[in-house]
Parts: sequence; structure tokens; C-alpha cells
Amino acid sequence: MPIEKFKLVKSSCVPLNTENVDTDQIIPARFLKATERKGFGDNLFRDWRYDNHNNEILSFPLNNPKYSGKILVAGSNFGCGSSREHAAWAIYDYGFRVVISSFFADIFRNNALNNGLLPVQISDNFLNKIFNIIKEDASSELIVDLEKQTVTIDKTKEQETFEINSYKKQCLLKGYDDIDYLLSIKDKIEEFENKNVV
Amino acid sequence: MGKTLFDKVWDAHIVQSIENGPDILYIDKHLIHEVTSPVAFVGLEKRGLKVLRPDKTLATADHNVPTINQDKPIKDKLSVEQVNKLTENCKNHGIELYGLNHKYHGIVHVIGPELGITQPGMTIVCGDSHTATHGAFGSVAFGIGTSEVEMVFASQCIMQTKPKKMRITVNGNLSKGVSPKDVILYIISKLTASGGTGYFIEYAGDVFKNMTMEGRMTVCNMSIECGARGGLIAPDETTFEYIKGRKFAPKGKELERKIQNWKTLFSDEDAEFDKEIEFNANDIKPMITYGTNPGMGMPITEKVPYPSDLSEEKSLKYMKVTEGKSLVGTKVDYVFLGSCTNGRIEDLREYCSHIKGKKKADNITAWIVPGSKMVEKQAIEEGLDKILKEAGIELRQPGCSACLAMNEDKVPPGKLSVSTSNRNFEGRQGPGSRTMLVGPATAAAITIAGKIINPLTN
Repeated sequence: MPIEKFKLVKSSCVPLNTENVDTDQIIPARFLKATERKGFGDNLFRDWRYDNHNNEILSFPLNNPKYSGKILVAGSNFGCGSSREHAAWAIYDYGFRVVISSFFADIFRNNALNNGLLPVQISDNFLNKIFNIIKEDASSELIVDLEKQTVTIDKTKEQETFEINSYKKQCLLKGYDDIDYLLSIKDKIEEFENKNVV
Repeated sequence: MGKTLFDKVWDAHIVQSIENGPDILYIDKHLIHEVTSPVAFVGLEKRGLKVLRPDKTLATADHNVPTINQDKPIKDKLSVEQVNKLTENCKNHGIELYGLNHKYHGIVHVIGPELGITQPGMTIVCGDSHTATHGAFGSVAFGIGTSEVEMVFASQCIMQTKPKKMRITVNGNLSKGVSPKDVILYIISKLTASGGTGYFIEYAGDVFKNMTMEGRMTVCNMSIECGARGGLIAPDETTFEYIKGRKFAPKGKELERKIQNWKTLFSDEDAEFDKEIEFNANDIKPMITYGTNPGMGMPITEKVPYPSDLSEEKSLKYMKVTEGKSLVGTKVDYVFLGSCTNGRIEDLREYCSHIKGKKKADNITAWIVPGSKMVEKQAIEEGLDKILKEAGIELRQPGCSACLAMNEDKVPPGKLSVSTSNRNFEGRQGPGSRTMLVGPATAAAITIAGKIINPLTN
């Protein structure tokens, strides 16, 4: 399915200053029983957001009314562990369009890109700067520009560039997905099969 | 310049390379299960497509199935729906399904190898991060997301940026009582939970050469726990012997021809890796994890390290362990033996060899879950179920079970589980549960003692 086009996001952020956030925390296994891709946002970070009696844990950033926006800012090695794409769906469904971290796990990164959720990897230094700015003023905004591959702190205009492979960048900018491309080279795939007698 | 084992397999499967972009890689075997496939089928059908190569696709229901009373209807409504959906999708698309009660049913990464489906030099993917297990045969095997499952359904190909290459060499002989699980827990503790990200790992050296296929599978299985997309080991006589005679393995002349080809699958002497790491087998001892990611592991006799940052501090607090103190003597509530990491027959044999003639401790609930129907059958034929029964333990039925606790096998909040599975994340084995990862022999010693002990002094 075509994914939503991504050009630029200017938004306040939700800070999650924890390292090694695994996909079991993003969406616990017991919520993976759906056969359709909807409603996962309700259970995003379920066991960090709610206690055993389903009461909101107020200290968790998603429950803090101070924080809102389309950008999730998280500690290093975000999205490690299980390959469940439900993690990317849950983050997107909740309303985020960008995750910023100083390091992403490989499978999560691919899953995010395949769903129009932009993983933005920046330096530890810049990440700390962003955490500090949010701490000082929760309404601080970031500008994430995919075309220019930059993250800018709106208030101070401090900026860092980020990497993304040019193919994936074009897919996001134009809203294409990989399957459209693969279907367009069907002849090549058949040629490969015939040549290799697979 | 020579090629690495990984290069040889990867490059032979490139259909096309996109400039400054990913490779399009042909997939020889696509394994699917009930949890990460339904949305991919919905996507495929919305495009008006059928699975392009159903004969290269194999399905099983493992993540979300009960491990007792499998002959009776599943109680959980959502689980039933997911399992039924898989059956329906496989029927519509002509995919072979080894569902519940089928003689080949089991955990997807256990049945592939035991049926001879997994073979050297193949590309294998599955919507499950432990797909790296199959790398034990010298195949390029890795976990994928659901969008990628749909991609493989539609085209039998996947778009993937070629990872960097790392070689981990462990030479020397392992000490008595040190298992393949201890080896991989040791490696991950040295690399950390993210040290392998961006890489495919080749495991090399004496330790892996001398390991059984099942041991190699345990090692490759956990490659993802240091962030690596996959891990692989060059195939050798041990590999060929394992494959011979299995249900779907090549036979006769075809097997001979294939073995000649498989013998070319090794890293050339002048091949270059992006990173090389060496360890000494003598340094590896029985391991246990103390934190909430698999990188937080240590020899069972050591003291819990002091946390280096806030995340580690949070982790120790969750686990209710104290820095500077030993874990030995800590009371344990649950023991889980099973999963795609340690649910094969050798694991059950190892566990039972230590349990034989003894009783489990009263405070322990032990879940022993075979990785497949074939493992279950063999365990019963060897009388392992009786050894367990005499110890006060029941042999359950195959599935992923308490490894991820999607089914009823959940460790209650606050309880401590010692587990042979692969992840110790917060709540992994049930909301609020605490998990320490170990090998089968350690799990057995703890089952008897009821608390954490060093298996070597038992």
C-alpha cells in the first residue's frame, strides 16, 4: 500500500530518556493477537503507561500533559529485540511521525521506514542537547526536514544532519513502497529463477 | 580479494542492486507463523495478488498456541482467530501448513532444520527475529517485519541493504559443564545488546567446529540479542551428517552433488571482515543474566556489576538485584526449558540428565516445553517424560510458550523465572515477571535446588 508522503515535521516532542528500549516494551506480546493492522496505539508502551490495575502511571512521559507532539525522542539502541512490526504501527497509530535516537536496531529501522515513520539517528551529543532543551521548556519544537536531511532545534537553530539511503528517502518523499518497485521488476526475478534453477 | 562465507551466499542471491540503495535478494525459503503474517496477507489481497511461490513458503502456528490439551479447542478467542486465519490464508494461497497436532508441528526454527528444509547456502527469512537460527547451516537467515513478509509473498524477493561483516573466533576447548548457551551469553555480554547492530556475524574457531548442530543453532539463534541481523557458521561434515536422511533433505546423487557445492561455502583465507573479535574458550563459564537485556550477563559465580548509567540502574531495580552482590542463593519461582533457543532434543536430554532420580524443589514451577512434535515424540521414546514425572514435572506440548508468553504460560507479576529462552526484557514472560537467562544444565540444577546455584559445584 502506498505510504503517507513525508516531507517535513515541525513539532514539540515527547522525551523517553531510556536506553535499549525493546519492542516488547513498545508493544507487549499479548497485544499481538490482532489479524488487522489497527488500534495498536492504545497499547503503545502499555506496561510503562499503566499499572497492574490499569491506572495511568503519571511519571511516564506519555502520560505527562506537558509533553505532546509528533516526535518521540528516545535513548540509544531504540527498537531492539523482537522483529514485530506492530511496534512501528503502535508508534505511528499513537500519532508519532518521527523517532529520534542516537542508535536504532536494524529491524525496527526497516519496519519504521516501511510505514512512513521516520527514524532519525543523531549524535549522542545532539540527543543530550535535545533532552536538555525539552527539560527546560516542554513546548520546544524541532524541525525534521527529510529533503535536507536535517534536524533543527527551532529556538536555538542548532542543527545536525542525518543519514538515510537515497532510495528510501525517495520512497518516503513520494509515498512509494518497496512492493510497487518489486512488482515492476517481475521479469528480472523470473530471469533469475530460470538462470539459477531455484 | 577473497570472499567471506556471508558474501558468497548473499551475492549468489542478488537479483538486482539499486545504486546507493538496497540489494534485491532472492529468497529460497520463507517461513511464516500466525502472528506476523495475517496483516501481510491482508495487504497482498488488497493489491489483488497471490503468493508468488507458495512452494517456497512453509507455515506453522507456534507463537500463540497452548502447550497443554492441544487436542482440545483453544480457549483464548483472539488466539483461535489468529490460528484460524493462518489456516484460511494457507488454504487460499496453497501454502503447506504444519498446524497444531500435525506430526511436524512445532516452533518454526526447530522444524525447519529437523525436517531437512534448512540447508547450507540458502537465503531464509521469517517474520521473527530468531530466524538467525538457520545460519548454523551456513545459510543467510534473518528476521523481517510484516511489510517485508508481504514483500516476499508478492515477489519472493526482499529489498535489503547488505550488512557489514563481523567474525567472532573462539579457539580452545570449553571447560566441562560449559554449554553452547553459555558461549553465546558470554559473547553477548562482551558485545552488549547493540554491539552487533549493522553486522552479520560469522562464528569461527575450534569451539564452533567441535559443536553439534543443535549447539550451533543455539549460538546463531541469539545473534539478534547483540543486535546482529544474523549469524552463520561454515558448513562441514557435522552439518552434512545432520542433514542426511531427514524428511525433505536431498537424497542419493542429488545429495552428493549438493554436498560438493556446500563444501565451497567457507570464508576464503584472504577474505576481509569489517570487524574481527577473538575470545578464548577457557574464559567462558556457566552464565546467567542479571538485567533486562541479554547483554547484561555474567558468570554465575560473579557479583552483579555496578550500573554504569540510569538505564542500567532502572534495570537492576526492576530485577530486584543488588550491585556488588552475588545472585547465588536467590530464591527462584519458575523454571522454563524450551523455545527456539533451547527446545531441541539435546537440550531436553541435558536437562533430564541432571534431573534424573531427583525431585524438583517445592517452590519451583517447571515448564518443560519441547520445540516440536518430533522432539516431543523422541523425548517420550527415550523415556525423558518419565524422568521428569519422577521429579514432579510434566512434559508439555510444543510451542513458543513462556518465551514470549503470548499464550497462557505466563509468569505472574514479581515472580522470578530462570529461563533457557533468549530474552530477559521487562515483562517478557508475563507482565511484571522477572527473567534470568541460563543454559539447560544450570536450569536443571536450579530446578532441584529451588534457588540460584553454580551448576558446577552441584
